[in-house]
Amino acid sequence: MSQVRILAEGVPWPPSVGEFYLPGWMYPWVTKFTVLVWIAVAIVLAFFLLSYRRPKLVPSRAQWMAEWLYGFGRDSISREMIGREGLPFAPYITSLFAFILVMNLFTIVPFFQIPPTSHIAFPAILALITWVLYNWVGIHRHGFFRYLKLMTMPPAPLWLMPLLIPLEFFSNFLLRPFTLSIRLFANMFAGHFILLVFTLGGFVLASSSSLFIKPISVLSFVMVILMTFLELLVAALQAYVFALLSALYVQQSLSEEH
Amino acid sequence: MNLAAVSGSLAAVGYGLAAIGPAIGIGLIFSAYIQATARQPESAGLTRSYLFLGFVIVEALALFGIAFGFVWQAGK
Repeated sequence: MSQVRILAEGVPWPPSVGEFYLPGWMYPWVTKFTVLVWIAVAIVLAFFLLSYRRPKLVPSRAQWMAEWLYGFGRDSISREMIGREGLPFAPYITSLFAFILVMNLFTIVPFFQIPPTSHIAFPAILALITWVLYNWVGIHRHGFFRYLKLMTMPPAPLWLMPLLIPLEFFSNFLLRPFTLSIRLFANMFAGHFILLVFTLGGFVLASSSSLFIKPISVLSFVMVILMTFLELLVAALQAYVFALLSALYVQQSLSEEH
Repeated sequence: MNLAAVSGSLAAVGYGLAAIGPAIGIGLIFSAYIQATARQPESAGLTRSYLFLGFVIVEALALFGIAFGFVWQAGK
């Protein structure tokens, strides 16, 4: 361990939670995550406001991008999962997608290099919002007791009900927000971890005393580059999946039977 | 006599074991999607969202492994 500390000079080792605190007056209150989330909010807001400030019939490039993004959230996610009733949910689904995408992309942006979504608090709150939304929509549509019945009693023989009701309740009301947040969190956390392991591993290998181990660091750095491209894919996929599952849950709350 | 000894955290080994099931599941899902697309190329867009749905639901099991490795850390 002490060897590593000397070898990886200039690299903070071992990395700890202390890295997230910013210097100065904001010491315990404003962390790197806070700043990154506000930057993500600013980017999403500014992008949609600016690109749609003066809409033209023949769209400019920014307007085309914003329209494509909204069309993706509306047609490919909301309408495909929920159907015609999905249109009112398109703004929520699209902003969820855009917000999570921007936050996830911070994992490969130089100097940011950590997505706020790799902190369990942010996916948890986002999943909580979706949880409240789909329950509220279901109760609004069916009424409280009917909604509860729809969600916990699938069409099945009566003697299966003692088994099915607790299972369905557990899966629909407790497990759903849990898996939704854990999926996003663990993906981004593991991705950040993998990049860190290969980067630090490259430094450690490069400063090895053995001449046979030094060249292996090249392999480690090549892996960093490959993994960065993989992270780009994962970031987009996880944002898409979060929006897709939110739409699916809303659809299941709205439908008469499932 | 100790034939084999492990020091440090066994969580990595445990996670490796936990990832076997989801790995097989994800392999099956993608193989089914490729087969469906090969037989009926125009259905590719239709089944893509189901591909991702199945993929993420199975993947969640593997990700539980990561999270629980930290949640149930022994001796901390």
